[in-house]
Amino acid sequence: MSNKYIGKAVKRVEDKRFITGKGKYTDDMILPGQTYAYIIRSPYAHAKIKSIDISQALTAEGVVAVFTGDDIAQSGINGVPAGWQVNFKNGDIMKEPPHPLLVGTGSTVKHVGDAVAVVIAESKEIAADAAELVEIDYEVFDAVVNPADAVKDGAPLVHESAPNNIAFDWEIGNPKAEVDEAIANSHHVTSLEFVNQRMVPNPIEPRSAIGLYEPSSDRYTLYTSTQNPHLIRLLMCAFVLGIPEHKVRVVGPDVGGGFGSKIFHYTEEALVTWCSKQIERPVKWTSERSEAFITDAHGRDHVTHAEMGFDKDGNVTALRIKTFANLGAYLSTFAPAVPTYLHGTLLQGLYTTPKIHLDMTCAFTHTNAVDAYRGAGRPEATYLLERLMDLAAHEMGVDPVELRLKNFIPPFDGVNQPGYQTQVALQYDSGNYHEVLRRGVAMLGYEEFRKAQAEAAQSNKLLGVGFSTYIEACGIAPSAVVGALGARAGLYEVGQVRVQPTGKVSVYTGAHSHGQGHETTFAQVVADKLGIPLEDVEIHHGDTETVAFGMGTYGSRSLAVGGSAIVKSLEKIIEKGAKIAAHKLEANVDDLTFADGKYTVNGTDKSVAFGDVALTAYVPHNYPAGLEPGLDFSSFYDPANFTYPYGCHIAVVEVDKETGKVSLKRFIAVDDVGNVINPMIVDGQIHGGLAQGIGQALLEGAIFDENGQLINGSYMDYCMPRADDLPMFELDRTETPCPHNPLGVKGAGEAGCIGSTPAVVNAVLDALWSGGFGHVKDILMPTTPERVWRAMNS
Amino acid sequence: MEEAIEILQNGSYAKVLGGGHSLVPALKLRLNAPETLVDVTRIESLKGIAIEDGTLVIGAANTHHEIATSADVHNTLSFLAKGASAIGDVQVRNKGTIGGSIAHADPSADWPALLLAADASIVIQGADGTKTVAAQDFFTGFFSTILEESDIITQIRIPIPPEGTKSTYQKFVQPASRFAIVGCAAVKEPSGATRVAFAGVSDYAFRDEAVESASSSGASAEEAASKAAEGVSIMSDHYASEDYRKHLAKVYARRALVEVS
Ligand SMILES: Cc1cc2nc3c(=O)[nH]c(=O)nc-3n(C[C@H](O)[C@H](O)[C@H](O)COP(=O)(O)OP(=O)(O)OC[C@H]3O[C@@H](n4cnc5c(N)ncnc54)[C@H](O)[C@@H]3O)c2cc1C
Repeated sequence: MSNKYIGKAVKRVEDKRFITGKGKYTDDMILPGQTYAYIIRSPYAHAKIKSIDISQALTAEGVVAVFTGDDIAQSGINGVPAGWQVNFKNGDIMKEPPHPLLVGTGSTVKHVGDAVAVVIAESKEIAADAAELVEIDYEVFDAVVNPADAVKDGAPLVHESAPNNIAFDWEIGNPKAEVDEAIANSHHVTSLEFVNQRMVPNPIEPRSAIGLYEPSSDRYTLYTSTQNPHLIRLLMCAFVLGIPEHKVRVVGPDVGGGFGSKIFHYTEEALVTWCSKQIERPVKWTSERSEAFITDAHGRDHVTHAEMGFDKDGNVTALRIKTFANLGAYLSTFAPAVPTYLHGTLLQGLYTTPKIHLDMTCAFTHTNAVDAYRGAGRPEATYLLERLMDLAAHEMGVDPVELRLKNFIPPFDGVNQPGYQTQVALQYDSGNYHEVLRRGVAMLGYEEFRKAQAEAAQSNKLLGVGFSTYIEACGIAPSAVVGALGARAGLYEVGQVRVQPTGKVSVYTGAHSHGQGHETTFAQVVADKLGIPLEDVEIHHGDTETVAFGMGTYGSRSLAVGGSAIVKSLEKIIEKGAKIAAHKLEANVDDLTFADGKYTVNGTDKSVAFGDVALTAYVPHNYPAGLEPGLDFSSFYDPANFTYPYGCHIAVVEVDKETGKVSLKRFIAVDDVGNVINPMIVDGQIHGGLAQGIGQALLEGAIFDENGQLINGSYMDYCMPRADDLPMFELDRTETPCPHNPLGVKGAGEAGCIGSTPAVVNAVLDALWSGGFGHVKDILMPTTPERVWRAMNS
Repeated sequence: MEEAIEILQNGSYAKVLGGGHSLVPALKLRLNAPETLVDVTRIESLKGIAIEDGTLVIGAANTHHEIATSADVHNTLSFLAKGASAIGDVQVRNKGTIGGSIAHADPSADWPALLLAADASIVIQGADGTKTVAAQDFFTGFFSTILEESDIITQIRIPIPPEGTKSTYQKFVQPASRFAIVGCAAVKEPSGATRVAFAGVSDYAFRDEAVESASSSGASAEEAASKAAEGVSIMSDHYASEDYRKHLAKVYARRALVEVS
């Protein structure tokens, strides 16, 4: 153990290759004999394929093959499954219609972008040209895009097998009757109908996949831009293609962002793998940006009615929610879990609310799939709670900060005080929620702000402040718990530490880095635990052939779960090393201390360096009797609980009364992500998350027309936040260690995105309230100038 | 230049390529498929910015960035520099050209309104030689101009206004593309004569005569602006519906007129 790296802002070792353009992404790979796939996609949201004529395309020069859904069906492939099973309230299993790799003749396409045929050619351009020669005859039907409309009687059906388009309904919390009663008996009830709009994840690297089949060994390799190669292998082999897992290698090389959208097993991955077997050549597919807009799984998309009851002193008495969640046309890998177990379980928030009930209906619509997107379910919970809090304070004429402080769960460390048992299944690990809010408010300068606001209220530029305090469940997840909740996999992590004979260390982790900086953070942990230089550690990830197993990166789990697995292996290394050191030093193991990279006999200056121990382990000439040579351990770590980062976000906005334009003036974030290994990386994660959360509040949002066409599916129309849309962020943090993992870490990947959105929308409303528009309860996100203007002029 | 004209006239489907920031996306989306592209950005006579006899002359192949940073433009008609620097983002300004922008005639583009307010003329070389057309007569509709397939815009000529003239460009941006939802260019000469033109409001950029005559005859900014965008068809999209856009046109006309008063 040493203290050289942990807690220090060590520069990211991976950045050199990324910043200099030397990263190696899937699309950068060119395999010998590689072919290129162009996928023909439905231009309609809901239509029957009457016929497909590929004859002309087949004869075009440079075309290698054209496949349709009929070819796939003939080889007995059913389609891609969901990775999580949720049951109806009545216990019935959710509806899980197959998601075919290609929709065949006589079947119906179910969203714009649904795959119909694939053209494989010697070049991308030839494939795209030949695709224009494929003739497809469609019979077009009405479509439905909104989840609340989809469940109404008579709405166009997405799947015959799912009446009223209901994939499943679900509930969580206290018995509904108790909650109804508590609401009825409340002194004040704040009620809000709102939409958490649909988001397009937009990683900078579009998805890409290369299937490689090698007849000589009957083996497959899939290179794919994924967040979790092992899960892709598991799903694709066992559930889609029926290939034994030991015959398949999946590699997720450098990946340019995911934000959740690259967790899932996509049809294209199975398609290129299958195609490569048919033609016995590698097949590459890379999504175009417009294609990404209509085929990547989107996020959020809830239509909600929420009510929060209060007693006469402002204590929350109950929370009652009815939500319709859009799952899109097919169930993506984690889709069933997002609006349920990752959402409903967070509705306690930071408050002591005694009665909570969520009634959730998950609907199919004629849109591409909706699944986890940075925060996954937890931003939706936070948005709901925090909007209600600020609105309730406004309605009751109390201060929003006071209202929160009054209702917060009291501080607890999870060691001397027990964890906090919520009404919605979870037990929080540790926290001091008052502290983050107090700090945030101090940074804001609350009193001065209210004075400035009162002055601005007389002008054309209104000022507003919005608060948000959030909690999330990260470090996903204890396998037994998620298994009981329907996960079709365990959610432990694997960490292997291989000490090379020279004392250099190779680490293999099942977590996958696609922007998070694991190659640095994990190396900091290893270097300090072993007391060796950072340069002596290399982190490997993303390849099922080198990494024993893993569940990938999402849900802010990598360090809390993956890092903990590595720590377990490090402990085994240090323990075995001690036996070797004791032998070399002719001392008793119990008399040794391991520190600063050497084993020392207590009370003496006799020591042996870690590197010598490593060499001895591999050259065991003079070696402890009965001890195996080598210094290489692998561990599986299954967490005892989720981790619970939390924090306070505060936004200050200016609203142009004439145009409705909102300018974000300040953004304060005080987060508690547990112990911090690399403060620079944590700040970076918070910054990125804030940009995304603020983007949702002010700028982003997919818009489908009634025919299921995405009308803003390009960067000319879909507004991603840019640096000049954002102020300098004002960050602070508290560090409350997680009591149940060896590093005391909680996770930082999603926090920024979870807390920020309601803070901004609350600020916009606060500005309006200050300017005499007290009647405005809600403005749809994104709060575009026109929507804000309309709110003031309605 | 001769070679370019010849290729454009020789029968195959050829198109002029400027900075490519409108044409190349169209090609990528397979909305257009010419057989030949004629890159005019390296033709010497289309480059350069100069002042000639009281006229600011801007070569059609100058990029937005070159115009935004030109001392000649700053010293004579600074609002053109301001307008140019509000186009898109750095990449767009470094590649996109003034000639390409006006040839493309996007209803939300900034140059058409700027050139209308500046009372500019456009020099065009085509099959029958060279002609000069007033900006007023150049734009004819939604993405359409008087240009023929084989025409090349060579220059933009702008009379330098009398000493003491004030001008401005006020732009309300579409946040994704950064094109204008409403762009208002205003020029007021010491005599009081005012020219006001809009981008983003209607099918194509237009001079708003009601606002101009009110302002020219001494109406307050508020009063003159209240007449803006009346009697024209107004665009509507998910960023700005018709009535909101019209409201913005009035707000931006007032802001522009206040600036130049
Ligand atoms: C992300 C983005 C943001 C943008 N934002 C803005 C904005 O805020 N405001 C704005 O005004 N514009 C904006 N644009 C458009 C940009 O200014 C374009 O560059 C411009 O519209 C076209 O100029 P170009 O030189 O790129 O022309 P090209 O794309 O090369 O050509 C466009 C058309 O003009 C023709 N053409 C080009 N040069 C000539 C010539 N000399 N003579 C005859 N015909 C010619 C071409 O044949 C073609 O039909 C944006 C573009 C992008 C991609």
